[in-house]
Amino acid sequence: MNWVAANLAQVMALLFAHIAITIPAIVLSVAVAVPLGRLAHASGRARGSILATTGVLYAIPSLPLLIVIPIVFGLPLRSPATMIIALTVYGVAMLARSAADAFAAVPPDAVTVATATGHTPAGRFLHVELPLAMPVLIAGTRVVAMSTIGLATIGALIGIPSLGSLLTDGFQRGIAAEVATGIVLTLVLAAVVDGALWLTGRVSQPWSHIVRETRSASL
Amino acid sequence: MNLVGETLLWLADPLHWTGPDGIPTRLAQHVGLTVVVIAIASAIALPIGAWMGHTRRGEVTIATLVNGSRALPTLGLVTLFALWLGIGVRAPIIALVILAVPSIVAATYSGISSASRPAVEAARALGHTSWQTLSRIEAPLAMPTIGGGLQSALLQVVATATIAAYVADVGLGRYIFAGLKSRDYPEMLAGSVLVILLALVVTAAAAGVGRLYRRLTNPERTPE
Amino acid sequence: MKTPTRTLGIVSTVAGLALLAGCASGDPLESGASGEQETIVVGSQDYYSNEIIAEIYAQALESAGYEVQRDFRIGQREAYLPEIEAGRIDLFPEYTGPLLLVWEPDTAGGTAEEIYDALVEAAPDGLRVLDQSDASDQDSYVVTRDFAEQYGVTTIADLASVPVPITLGGNSEGENRPIGPAGLKSTYGVDVAFTPIEDGGGPLTVKALLDNQVQLAVIYTASPSMASADLVALEDPDGFMLASHVVPIASDKLDDTAAALIDKISAAMSAADLVALNTESVETQAPAATIATAWLASHADDLQ
Repeated sequence: MNWVAANLAQVMALLFAHIAITIPAIVLSVAVAVPLGRLAHASGRARGSILATTGVLYAIPSLPLLIVIPIVFGLPLRSPATMIIALTVYGVAMLARSAADAFAAVPPDAVTVATATGHTPAGRFLHVELPLAMPVLIAGTRVVAMSTIGLATIGALIGIPSLGSLLTDGFQRGIAAEVATGIVLTLVLAAVVDGALWLTGRVSQPWSHIVRETRSASL
Repeated sequence: MNLVGETLLWLADPLHWTGPDGIPTRLAQHVGLTVVVIAIASAIALPIGAWMGHTRRGEVTIATLVNGSRALPTLGLVTLFALWLGIGVRAPIIALVILAVPSIVAATYSGISSASRPAVEAARALGHTSWQTLSRIEAPLAMPTIGGGLQSALLQVVATATIAAYVADVGLGRYIFAGLKSRDYPEMLAGSVLVILLALVVTAAAAGVGRLYRRLTNPERTPE
Repeated sequence: MKTPTRTLGIVSTVAGLALLAGCASGDPLESGASGEQETIVVGSQDYYSNEIIAEIYAQALESAGYEVQRDFRIGQREAYLPEIEAGRIDLFPEYTGPLLLVWEPDTAGGTAEEIYDALVEAAPDGLRVLDQSDASDQDSYVVTRDFAEQYGVTTIADLASVPVPITLGGNSEGENRPIGPAGLKSTYGVDVAFTPIEDGGGPLTVKALLDNQVQLAVIYTASPSMASADLVALEDPDGFMLASHVVPIASDKLDDTAAALIDKISAAMSAADLVALNTESVETQAPAATIATAWLASHADDLQ
């Protein structure tokens, strides 16, 4: 890839810019969606409205959302924070339902036992529900991470630097290698993050090695 | 808020409802593009997913492809193919098909492979060929899952078909890009409102079709 | 169960840090993009040619000891001009004619000199128009040579008598600009349909012309496609397209030394230079930084 070699500095800079907007967004999505999912699971009424709202959010096309957010939040149009907020919105929309399902999959007996043995609600959440919900949560987070990393490329259309800038510049100058680089790097970054999340899943659930089941969670 | 008012005004303006750049035309183009993409993607994905599900092979491959397709930037595929094919709908169609195939394959695989084992084994015991097992037992049992997969693929394509407007003069995405470039926010927001409405309508319609199908194939209604 | 708690702890810490980082980088302060007083923010359009010019300014300023922050590829004029006018960008390579049309829509046009003078007059407070360069990058209406010969068109006015329907291809924003279809109709009586091609007169536009998907396109005069694809720029006897010389727009933050340096760059850059820069970018596919460095090196004497 001669083009990449000649443009390595620019490519690396854009890669870091891409990471700087996607990782915070993924983390924020989890931080918001997990409690939201727990809430949706706990209260039937909340579940209905939360899931309906997130469903609609998911249908919003990304470009207009990027324009509306700065207007609503009073941010400069091309601030990276705009991108992070927009990506988080999509992330939450995707993860909330998954999170609700994750908590629904926690065996009620475990929760009852935890209460019986004197756990506070917070303790119960942290020590019992969250670990048991982990597999589905991790799977959901992996999905969010993939989508976020792919979606962040749209920022280039409104002047927010990311790997997407390789796509628009390559398009303007007719350099297919540049567009291909943008695509490949996005996929590579996604694969790395996916691997890291998978590893986190393995590390946080030492007991899952013992259970030999066909895992269809990734589908 | 002013912006909301201006967007509504834009939508209410009768001028925006006529002509080649009018809402009905753009809507028709958008729906047409979506239908073509789903049709092509299904034609490719259903057989592949069905065969893989039937033989229960390749689960890991599918999972990898589905995950990968989520990270694949639509903009990248569209521009790459446009550089090769020029402006027009061909580049976006190929790009959108590539993005839709993995999830349809996955849903088909999931549905077919999880068809109840006793039913499948009974079919084999009765001497059905692979094809007969697939078509008479596994496929009908898999329909809900496949239908769900098609529904979510449909939603995904409706949303990402807006990107097609970057290289082709089609679809509701034109309002978004034209509004973006000229910073005509009411136009841009009007376009997005239309896309959202379309997505909701399509989802509701798909759900309706699903219910209809279930009612028609309900075994309790079949005269024995 | 220490592991899940530990994981949760790590996650929360990272989330907290990320939140802080996000807030810090998304600082909504209106005044200037960085905190330092001395940093000059150089901006550019979402157009590779403009980026090269901006990079030349940036590198020259850096060699002269200034702190520079690059804010490139912002977008089209509709996107970046508000930022320039709000004082968030200190130096920006613009083009005389199109900018004048924005600041003074009823301008009478005229020669390149007249347009420059009008631009200086029309500039809002707080912005300075530095010397214009000989280098120009003009919107021009372009047809293929075959089309020109088949229908005998040499000027834009000739398009009115062409028997086949004409579709114009160009950036989306061109559809609503004064030099777009509406202007064509009112100045020359030419009816065109419009099809958007978002590559700034780049390879897709050329391909669309050659494939006869569009018959007319807006391609900039400094584009390498003009020569390589044997395209014909239509003459514009009514001065419909204003002269479009490269002209730096500067805020008050640029001191006289810096302004003088930029003026020297403008003087040293010829029209042929700009075409060469663009050609180099498309053919060698090198990044703007590399091309800018090379140009500055070869013109070092002019910039003393």
